[in-house]
Parts: sequence; structure tokens; C-alpha cells
Amino acid sequence: MARFGMVIDTKKCVGCMDCVVACKTENNVPEGFNRDWITTDVKGTFPTVKMQIRTERCNHCDNPPCVDCCPCGASHVHDLGGVVLVHHDKCSGCKACIAACPYDARFIHPDGYADKCTFCIHRVEQGMDPACVSVCPTHCMYFGDLDDPNSSVSKLLNSRKYRALISEAGTKPQIYYLD
Amino acid sequence: MNKTVSRRKFLKISGATIGLLAASGTVGSLVKKTNAFTEKKKGGVNGIQKIPTFCDLCFWKCGAIAYIKDGELWKLEGNPEDPLSNGRLCPRGTGGVGAMYDPDRLKAPLIRKSERGKEQWVEVTWDEAFTYIADKMNKIKADYGPEAMAYFVHGIGGNFIKHLMKAYGTPNITAPSFAQCRGPRDIGFRLTFGEDVGSPERTDIKNSKCLVLIGSHLGENMHNTQVQEFAEMNDNGGSIIVVDPRFSVAAGKAKYYLPIKPGTDIALLLAWMKVIVDENLYDKEYVDKYGFGFEQFKAEISQYTPEWAYAETGIEPELIRASAREMAKYRPATLIHSGRHTTWYGDDTQRSRAIALLNALMGSWGRKGGYFYPAMMSVPGYPYPPYPKPEKGKVDNPGNTIYPFATEGHDTITNGVREATITGKPYPIKGWFTYGTNLMYAMPNQDETIKAIQNLDLLVVTDVLPSELAGWADVVLPESVYLERYDDLNVELFREPFTALRQPVLDSPNEQKPNWWIAKKLADKLGLGHFFPWNDIEEYLSKRLTAAGLSLDELKKKGIIRGEKKPVYFEEGVPAEFNTPSKKIEFYSLQLAEKGHDPVPKYTKHQEPPSGSFRLIFGRSPVHTFSKTQNNRILADMSDENELWINHNAAMRLGIKSGDYVRLKNQDGVVSNKVKVKATERIRHDCVYMTHGFGHNSKMLKQAFLKGASDSQMITKYKIDPLMGGTGMNINFVTIEV
Amino acid sequence: MDEITITRHNELVDPVMHIYGWEIAVYLFIGGLVAGMMIISGYFLFKGRQKEDLCSCYTIPLMGIVLLSIGMFALFLDLDHKLYVWRMYTTFQITSPMSWGAWILILVYPALIAGMLIRVPWFMEEKFPVLKKVSEFINVTPGRVKAIGIINIALGIALGVYTGILLSSFGARPLWNSSILGLLFLTSGISTASAFIHMIAKNKDESEMLAKADNGFLVAELFLITLFIIGLLSSTQVHQDAAKIILSGAYAPVFWVFVVGLGIVIPLIIQYMAVNHRIKHTPIAPVMVIIGGLILRFVLVYAGQLSHWTKKAFLE
Ligand SMILES: Nc1nc2c(c(=O)[nH]1)N[C@H]1C(S)=C(S)[C@@H](COP(=O)(O)OP(=O)(O)OC[C@H]3O[C@@H](n4cnc5c(=O)[nH]c(N)nc54)[C@H](O)[C@@H]3O)O[C@H]1N2
Ligand SMILES: Nc1nc2c(c(=O)[nH]1)N[C@H]1C(S)=C(S)[C@@H](COP(=O)(O)OP(=O)(O)OC[C@H]3O[C@@H](n4cnc5c(=O)[nH]c(N)nc54)[C@H](O)[C@@H]3O)O[C@H]1N2
Ligand code: SF4
Ligand code: SF4
Ligand code: SF4
Ligand code: SF4
Ligand code: SF4
Ligand SMILES: [Mo]
Repeated sequence: MARFGMVIDTKKCVGCMDCVVACKTENNVPEGFNRDWITTDVKGTFPTVKMQIRTERCNHCDNPPCVDCCPCGASHVHDLGGVVLVHHDKCSGCKACIAACPYDARFIHPDGYADKCTFCIHRVEQGMDPACVSVCPTHCMYFGDLDDPNSSVSKLLNSRKYRALISEAGTKPQIYYLD
Repeated sequence: MNKTVSRRKFLKISGATIGLLAASGTVGSLVKKTNAFTEKKKGGVNGIQKIPTFCDLCFWKCGAIAYIKDGELWKLEGNPEDPLSNGRLCPRGTGGVGAMYDPDRLKAPLIRKSERGKEQWVEVTWDEAFTYIADKMNKIKADYGPEAMAYFVHGIGGNFIKHLMKAYGTPNITAPSFAQCRGPRDIGFRLTFGEDVGSPERTDIKNSKCLVLIGSHLGENMHNTQVQEFAEMNDNGGSIIVVDPRFSVAAGKAKYYLPIKPGTDIALLLAWMKVIVDENLYDKEYVDKYGFGFEQFKAEISQYTPEWAYAETGIEPELIRASAREMAKYRPATLIHSGRHTTWYGDDTQRSRAIALLNALMGSWGRKGGYFYPAMMSVPGYPYPPYPKPEKGKVDNPGNTIYPFATEGHDTITNGVREATITGKPYPIKGWFTYGTNLMYAMPNQDETIKAIQNLDLLVVTDVLPSELAGWADVVLPESVYLERYDDLNVELFREPFTALRQPVLDSPNEQKPNWWIAKKLADKLGLGHFFPWNDIEEYLSKRLTAAGLSLDELKKKGIIRGEKKPVYFEEGVPAEFNTPSKKIEFYSLQLAEKGHDPVPKYTKHQEPPSGSFRLIFGRSPVHTFSKTQNNRILADMSDENELWINHNAAMRLGIKSGDYVRLKNQDGVVSNKVKVKATERIRHDCVYMTHGFGHNSKMLKQAFLKGASDSQMITKYKIDPLMGGTGMNINFVTIEV
Repeated sequence: MDEITITRHNELVDPVMHIYGWEIAVYLFIGGLVAGMMIISGYFLFKGRQKEDLCSCYTIPLMGIVLLSIGMFALFLDLDHKLYVWRMYTTFQITSPMSWGAWILILVYPALIAGMLIRVPWFMEEKFPVLKKVSEFINVTPGRVKAIGIINIALGIALGVYTGILLSSFGARPLWNSSILGLLFLTSGISTASAFIHMIAKNKDESEMLAKADNGFLVAELFLITLFIIGLLSSTQVHQDAAKIILSGAYAPVFWVFVVGLGIVIPLIIQYMAVNHRIKHTPIAPVMVIIGGLILRFVLVYAGQLSHWTKKAFLE
């Protein structure tokens, strides 16, 4: 069984938002909405400043509260790789999943249903990387099977220090950030 | 802000977005369907087509592949065959979809119907437009000579009109990419090594082990290959040194960050060189072999101690020493980046020369990890008849007397042409033809530009959008966007030679036409048809390609044909030749001394902002290009206004905080549009920063209109580089009006 | 200094979440009120007092149906994919409080109807004679009425607790993430229902009794609010920050003045004096309680959406 995840090397990310633009065109994300985004985290006092730039999106949590709370069974865990997805035609737009997601990864699509990152499952199924990963000019994003010890993601996690976002919230996020 | 979460309030804030969304649904459908012009789309092919071309969201010219889905543009990806993009476009390139589907695009030729600057025109046919232009151009030629027409151009698309202008007989062809951009650094390097840095830069970033960025804000400056290589060298554990008054994205990756006081870089460079020479850290063999005037240079710089530089730059002497030693550790793979947009303070050629000299000390010119020798395929030009020889020389720099190093063969100085248009000296300029440049944004001091325009008998603006400059035009010519046209071949001068093709991926939706068609048709009207002996562009391209032993069909399929790899470093066999008067690397420049300039760069103090004022500095947003992408709905979704970066403490003293809106007032009393404050620890206390290109006041740019503030509007003061005429623009001071 | 910049724009989420507006606040309030009504009316039915002229037994179930329908309508208004509302009833999602809620609501209606049919409202009697038969059937034995009473109490508790659990199950919103919320909303629901019945009841005994009871509920509510706050303050930094939104932040004025002051303390004092016959009963106190209950839902719905995990620094 595959467990898809991402590893993002924050040392390389420059926050250019190419990943966001690519997601928009690839997935036809409506104007005014984003499935992924950039967070810039700055600490210190000028000129002794530390900065981390991260590309963020749905973490495809292993313990996804957005799926648990969905009254319609629209939010679900996909068979392939544990990707968290939404059946548009089952969704009532109740927004429980939006309230439930600590990362604010979801939004209501203008057509009424909850939408978010799909890990570009339509590409992954064809053996391609997600659009954001494949466009990143700094090559700082890696996608793959976390259960496969030989995947690039597993290897990176074995060799570098990493963190996941708000792991305290207990959702078991599957996107890891290399320091 | 947002203390009371009222849904209604929120709806109001985003009312615009919602209104649009209600009308459509998705970006694709939004950008596409709200556009009347897509309705008359040509019988679309079902399914997905992939068509290679090259990007035009900036002038880097990355190879791209357009995906057409059921006859509509779906997305743009990098062409993996292309050494500039390596299969990955930058965010602007990826967002090129929004340029094509911009609902505010110019649709038909326009002729002004009221006074200049009023944005009031009548739509005319192309023939009417050409007749109007040709009449005026003929009259200008009759009354003042062909030299009285000037052509302002930026980008490869302008080539055919450039050809037309040469055929018409004017020498006054100019681009903002020289005197407002790369001019000083190319002249500075030329004075030192005898060659330009060029574009794309010959910087071997990916192989460098130590990269020094002096204001080059890679990561925000998104020149694709540069950023990719920057990430690669960083990933390989390369050392990064960043000198910037602002804690840039690159600074966040740096081992040494030097928070320099703006305008004092030459002091730092001199002190660095002194440390390196004093401590014998330079490449002695290289300098001995290739250097000219090293001893004079050494004597000259011996006065510049890090302690002295500290007083000027605010950078601790120990930091200066440590960073100098760090550079020396990795030489010759230490690349002190030449920068690109170098028109900062008016002494920029000398600063660039200092950068060139520091590179010379590292022995990095011509070496792996330094500056390579680029290669190019040989693709002959089209065999045109010879151009008429203009009777008068270029208007900007008569006899190269004013700016001695902006020599013949170099780009003309935009501001020189503008000045001549205002004064009529050395001879009058009566017509401007522009292509792909928004001079209201590109040139400092908008009043002077307007003054010059008011002296014109004819202003023709070729653009895809109703830009601010178009607002002043007599005739506006609507061009097809890059995805709808062929352009000239891109025969690139780069690490490896290649030739690339731009070809249409879809048809233009309205009356827009490609520049080659415009040039050819206008030539017919002007009686210059014989300068365009080809029937259409494919014939032109074929002829050039065949002459080079290449085929248009192959290029159409692949988008790019790569040439044979050639040696690019001295160690690979490139001859170490320097095209300077001494045929060596000129540590000491006799030609500078001859013209009364410093043979070794000297530091000059620049005026500092009076208390209560800040120096206005500016740069790039990674998702925007100059002033041309703010109306692109996809890119605007990433960033739809610029922010005013101000040091956190300075903001507190002024009683402003992030998210507040303020206006800037410059030393000449010009007040900006309102701009959102970003109070941050990422900038010095003596300057404020914003990204260039926002604050549009062309009402017809519906997305961009009055979003953010315009740095260009604040730049009323500029300082001209005496060596080459570049306009230093970082010398404006602003106060903040709450 | 920590600077966190998030470049994102999603309507209803950025820059702060506001996916739930007045609709949900009203729905939660009405849900609580109806829950309280069911419990009170269920209590009287269980006590076999349906023969007395008590509005709790007579008018309240009908009002409950009407109110609940209004609440459901508010909830419906909040849905963004309204055409698919029926999807909630083609499935039962055991982990989803909202699914539980949807089904509880389905059960609440028959219970309220049963309560109502113990004495068929006059305007229905003529039109639907069959209802009379049903009523007679119910009244055959006191056990049947008692059973309806118990069912109403049970479903009322479920409904009241559910209105709180709905929010508290959202671990992502620290302010809501408290186990006290269910009990608090239940208590507030009973309190507002008591105040409401106290206000409208014509029967002196009923009215007096509910005023007294309400004083008890108000005290309990104060206690639960205290527990709720202490719970947050003794938890993680994010929870402490969340508590500050209502204690000293953006929602503090409304919370202290309208919820605690005018919604609980002042009416409690007034009603305390009234039941001790120091002053006369007026609708002032119950109206304050009811408005206070409504504002409590508003404050918690809105402030909860300001509370956040992610707006916190990650770098160390
Ligand atoms: N204040 C300030 N001034 C600056 C700079 C700065 O940072 N600040 N930067 C300087 C630098 S480095 C440079 S290189 C210059 C750049 O200066 P310009 O090249 O003039 O850049 P833009 O302002 O973007 O103007 C480009 C124009 O071309 C139009 N255009 C876009 N696509 C097409 C097309 O396909 N065909 C045609 N015909 N037109 C098109 C756009 O709509 C826009 O009006 O500006 C310089 N000036
Ligand atoms: N996304 C994007 N990328 C672009 C472009 C674009 O429009 N958009 N344009 C391209 C073009 S044509 C050019 S020329 C380049 C321009 O980009 P670059 O050549 O990289 O940079 P500049 O615009 O000269 O300088 C901006 C940086 O210099 C810093 N700075 C300001 N004053 C000083 C000073 O006195 N000393 C020092 N050391 N630093 C200072 C600013 O803080 C800022 O970080 O970008 C290219 N890349
Ligand atoms: S595209 Fe890559 S470098 Fe750019 S913001 Fe996204 S992850 Fe970072
Ligand atoms: S990040 Fe949010 S939306 Fe994605 S799986 Fe986790 S909880 Fe669900
Ligand atoms: S909005 Fe849709 S996906 Fe989300 S919880 Fe409600 S029904 Fe499920
Ligand atoms: S994986 Fe696909 S859907 Fe998710 S953020 Fe990346 S591009 Fe968007
Ligand atoms: S750098 Fe970006 S905008 Fe410029 S040509 Fe390349 S992809 Fe296009
Ligand atoms: Mo430039």
C-alpha cells in the first residue's frame, strides 16, 4: 500500500509562487481561490533575521478531521496513497470540513462544493508528479510514496532534519518540511 | 483589521471577485468566458495539443510548451529541451495564460480623438491606422529628415519594426534595457574585460562554490535559469553572500548577510579588495598573466580599510574581512554577480567596474563557476537590401562626446532621445514609435516624458494592453500576444548554442496583428515594401533557417534546436583574450583616465535622506514583470498590489502598522497612490522598499487600476552616469503620509 | 519579533475564517432553545401534568416545531451546495457530529409532534379530525404520555448537547475545542427556554417555578463559563490565545457586557429579587436572558473562527 506524501526543502524554496500558479492552471482553480499558498516565517531583529519560506497545501492527513466530520461522506480517503479527496456531487457545502482543518486548506468552490488540493491524483495516476512539484524552478518539492523506503521522499526524511506543520493538532500531516 | 468578522463586510471587500465569479465559475471559465473574444474562437481541435514556443512574460525567452485543450489554452509548461527553462517556467511564464485571456486587451487599432493623455480614441481599421501613420511619418521625413523619428523598443518582438525603422532611415533606436537597466554593468565589465556580461548573463552560477549577490535579488528577480542555478548551487552546499539593505529572499539563504547602507557599495567593494590584496588571497597567477595596471590598482585601493568602509556602509569590519576571506576560499569558483538592473546612483559603471575587478582578483572571469564564454549558433540574418545611411548621427550622444563609453554599436540612450525631443538639440525629434515598452514606467521622471511627448507630431504605441504610455498615443496598435504569433528566431548566446522558435498556439481573438505583419504592411504604405521581400513570416523564417542548415518544420515540432556544445571556459580551451585597449584585464584603465574619469573606481558619498525621510528603493515581485503583468488575472491573484516595506521600529515611531494604507510624498512634493504598509524586520531603518510596476492609472486596466503605488511616479530625480548615460534612480527620498 | 505572512486568498477563509455567519449562530441558539423547551415540556409531561393548563405542555411543543423549522431553515441558508442537502440523509457518518445532528433533528420532529398531539391545537382539530384520534390514543394510559415526556427530555438533551459538540468537535478552532461547550450550550438552552416559558406562561405557578429554575440554570451557566475559560487557559498557548479573544480581545466587550453582564448576572439579580418578592416580575429579565443566549452563540461562533493554530510561528 502506498502512502503518498511530500517533502519540501525549505532551504531551496524562494517563495516564488510558481507552485500556486501552476496549480491554478493545471486544476482550473477559480479566480480568488488557491489550493496552495506560501507562508513566510520571519524571526529576529534586523539584521539578525532568520527566515523560512514554505509552500503549503492540504497535508493529506493520516488522521483527517475533515473526513471524520463530513456528514455526507463527500470527504474521503482515496484508495490510492491515502490521498484525501472530496466527491463534489456528495458535498452539501456545509463547511464542517473547512472548520475542521487546522491548516485552512479548504475552501468552497464557487460551484458550491468544498475544494482543496488533490495531490493532483489525476497526474499521479498517470505516473507524473503533481503540477506544483513539476513546475518548481528550485526543485525544492518532492512527491512520492512514504511507505517505500527507496522513494526520494523516504530517503530525504532519513537523511535530513524535518518537521510537519502543527503536528500538535494530531492530524498526522503527510507533508514534511526539511529545515 | 478584521476584528469583527462580519460576513457582510467581507462580502463587500471581495465584492469584485464575487461579482465576477457569479458571472462565471472558474479561472479558466472566468478569464475565458467573460471574454467576448473567445466566443468567436476558431473551430477548436478536440483533445489536447502541445505546441512548443518561447515565453514572453519577460525577456529571458524560456522555451515553453502550450497545452491546448479543446481549442482553448489550458496551461504552459517549460520545454525540457530548452537550456534556459530546463522544462520549468517561472511563475510569470506559467501564468502567461492570463496574458492571453486578459479581458482588457487592446482589440482594434485606435486613433486619438481628444487631447493627448485623455484615453479617448476611435477604433479604426488597420488600413486607416497605417495611412495616418504613413502620412505623418512622410511629413516628418520631409520636414526634419528621417532621423527625427525615434523608435523605443523592448523585446525580440520589436525586431521587424526595428528593421522598418532602419529602412526608413533613422539611427535613433533605443531600449530602456540599456540606460535604465544593464547599461552600467555591461560598460563596467567591458572597460575591465573587454566584453559585456550580456543577457542571458554569462554567470556560471550552477558551478559556483561561492556566490556574492550585491542587490541581485534572485528569488524575487525570477530570471528563470539564474534562479534554478542559484537553488542548485545552494543545494550543493555553496556559500552565499548577500549585500542588500533589505533582507531579501536570497539573504535568507546566505551564510553572510551584509545589511549595507544604500548607495555605499563601492566602499564595501574597495575594502573587500584591499583585504584580499593585503592578505594575498587573490589569484596571483591569473592576475600576473592577464592583468594590466595591477600595481597602480593596488596602490590606489590601499587606503580603503574595512574600518573606513564601516563608517560608510555600516558593515562591521570583521564581517567585511570574514566575507572577503570566504570568497577567496573558493576561488576561482567564486562568482561576484554582476547584477543586472544596475542604474542606481549615477556612479554605477564604476561600481560595476569594482565588481568586475573583484572577480578579476578571484580569477573567475572565463573560469568554471565564474563567468563563462557564451556560444552561439550561426544563423545568418535575412539578406535584406542595405539600409539608407542616416545623414545625422544618433541624437542621444552626439559623437559620443557626452557619454564617452556609450559608444557606437551600443544601445542608444533613451533619456538622451527624450532630452533631445524636449530641447530640439542637437536636432529635433518629432515622432516616437514604441513597441513593447511602457515608458511612463520604464523611465524616471514622468513629467519629462510627457513634456517630450507634447513636442511630438506623432506618437505610435504598439502594445497588447492599454498601458499608461498608450494613454498618450496618437495611434495605438494592438498586437497579438506572444502565444498568437511568430516572432524572429531566438539565436541565443548562452552556455550552449541553440535556436528557438516562437510560434502561434492559437489565433488572435479580434483585430490584433503580429508585429511582423504590422511592419510589413506599414512598410508598403511608406513605400518601403522592397525591404520586406518575403510574403509571410514562415517564408522569412524558412529562409534564415535553411541558410543555417536547419528546418522550420523541425523547429515547429521541437521549439528548439540545440547546437553542438562548445568550450566555454579558459580551462576548456577558450582563448584568454580580452578586447580592451591593453588586451588584458584592466585593473587600471587608461581609457578612463584619458577621458578624465577615475582609472580605478573611487568611492563617492551620496546624499543621505534628510531626517524623517526614507530613501525609496525598489525591486521585483516574483510574480510580476515590470509594469506589464499587474492586469493578468492569474498573476494578480498571487499579488494584486505592492506593499511598502518599512522597518518595524520606524513604522512604530510613525504610528503605522502592517496593513495600514499610507501615501508617499517625495522630495519634489509628488504624492503617490495609497499603498499597504508592511512593517518588517527585513529592512534597514533608512530606506523603504516596494516592488516596481504597480499603481497603474490607466483606467482601462480594470484589474490593476489604482492597486498599490508606483515607484516610477516617485522617481522624479535621477542621476546620470557620466560614463554611459544611465539613469541612477535610487536617489529619491520620501516621507510617509498617514 | 515573529512575522508570519501567508500569501493566500480563499474567500471565507482568508485573512481570517468566517465560514459561519449569523445563520449558524441563530441555528445553534434556536437549537438550544428548542432543546430546553423539550426538556421542560418533557419534564411536565413526565410528571403527568398535561391536564393542567400549562403552556409547557400545550403551546411549547408546537412552538418548538415552528422554531426548529426556522432554525433548520437558517441552517439550510448556510449550505453552499443547497441542491445536495439531501445527501445528508442518504448516509449516516458515525464520526460526524453534523451527521448525528442531522439525524437527531429528524427524530426531534416526531417527538415534538407527539408532545403537541397530547392536546391537539384548536386550529388543527377541525381540519384534521384524525389528529384527535391520535391524541386519544396517546392519552389512553398515562404511561404513553410519560414515555413521550422521557423521549422529549432525552432528545432535548441530545439536541442541546449536540449544538455544543458541533463546535467543540472542531479541534482546529482552539476556542471551540472544549468539552464543556456541549454542557454549556445545553444549560444555556434550558435557561433561555425557562426564561421564555416564564415570560409567556399565563399560569402563575408555572411561571414562578420556571423563574426559580432559571435562576438555577443561570448560576450553572456562569459556573460552566468559568470552567470553559479555565479549561482553555490551562491548556496550550493556542488555547490560551483563543480564550483571550473573548476575555480581552476583539470579542471581550460583547462577551463581558452582553453575555455575562446583561445576559446572566443582571437578569439573575433581577429574577432573584422577583422570586423573593422584592420586586415584581417583568419581562425584562427573561428578555435579557434570551438575548444573552443568542449573543453567546454569536460570540462563540464568531470568536471561534478567529482562533487559530496556524497563525503561529514555526521557526525556533
Ligand atoms: N521605476 C523603475 N523603473 C524601471 C525599473 C524599475 O525597477 N523601477 N526597471 C528598469 C528595467 S530593469 C527595465 S529592463 C525596464 C523595463 O521597461 P519596459 O520594457 O518598458 O517594461 P514595462 O513597463 O513592463 O513595459 C512593457 C510594455 O509592453 C507591453 N507588452 C507586453 N507584451 C507585449 C507584446 O507582446 N507586444 C507588445 N507590442 N507589447 C507588449 C506591456 O503591456 C507594457 O506596456 O524598466 C526600467 N525602469
Ligand atoms: N519577477 C521578475 N523578475 C525579473 C524581472 C521582473 O520584472 N520580474 N525583471 C528582470 C530584469 S530586466 C532585471 S534588470 C532584473 C532586476 O533585478 P536585479 O538586478 O536582481 O536587482 P535590482 O532591481 O537592481 O535591485 C533590487 C534589489 O537591490 C536592493 N538594493 C537597493 N538599493 C541598493 C543598494 O544601494 N545597494 C545594494 N547592495 N542593494 C540595493 C533592493 O533591496 C533589492 O533587493 O530582474 C529581472 N528579473
Ligand atoms: S515553486 Fe518552488 S520555490 Fe517557488 S514557492 Fe513554490 S515551492 Fe517555493
Ligand atoms: S490538511 Fe486539512 S483538509 Fe487536508 S487532510 Fe488534513 S485536515 Fe483534511
Ligand atoms: S462541505 Fe462538503 S465535504 Fe465538507 S464536510 Fe460538508 S459535505 Fe463534507
Ligand atoms: S498537488 Fe496538485 S492540487 Fe495539490 S497543490 Fe499541488 S498542484 Fe495543486
Ligand atoms: S524567466 Fe519567466 S517570464 Fe521570463 S521568459 Fe522565462 S518563464 Fe518567461
Ligand atoms: Mo532590466
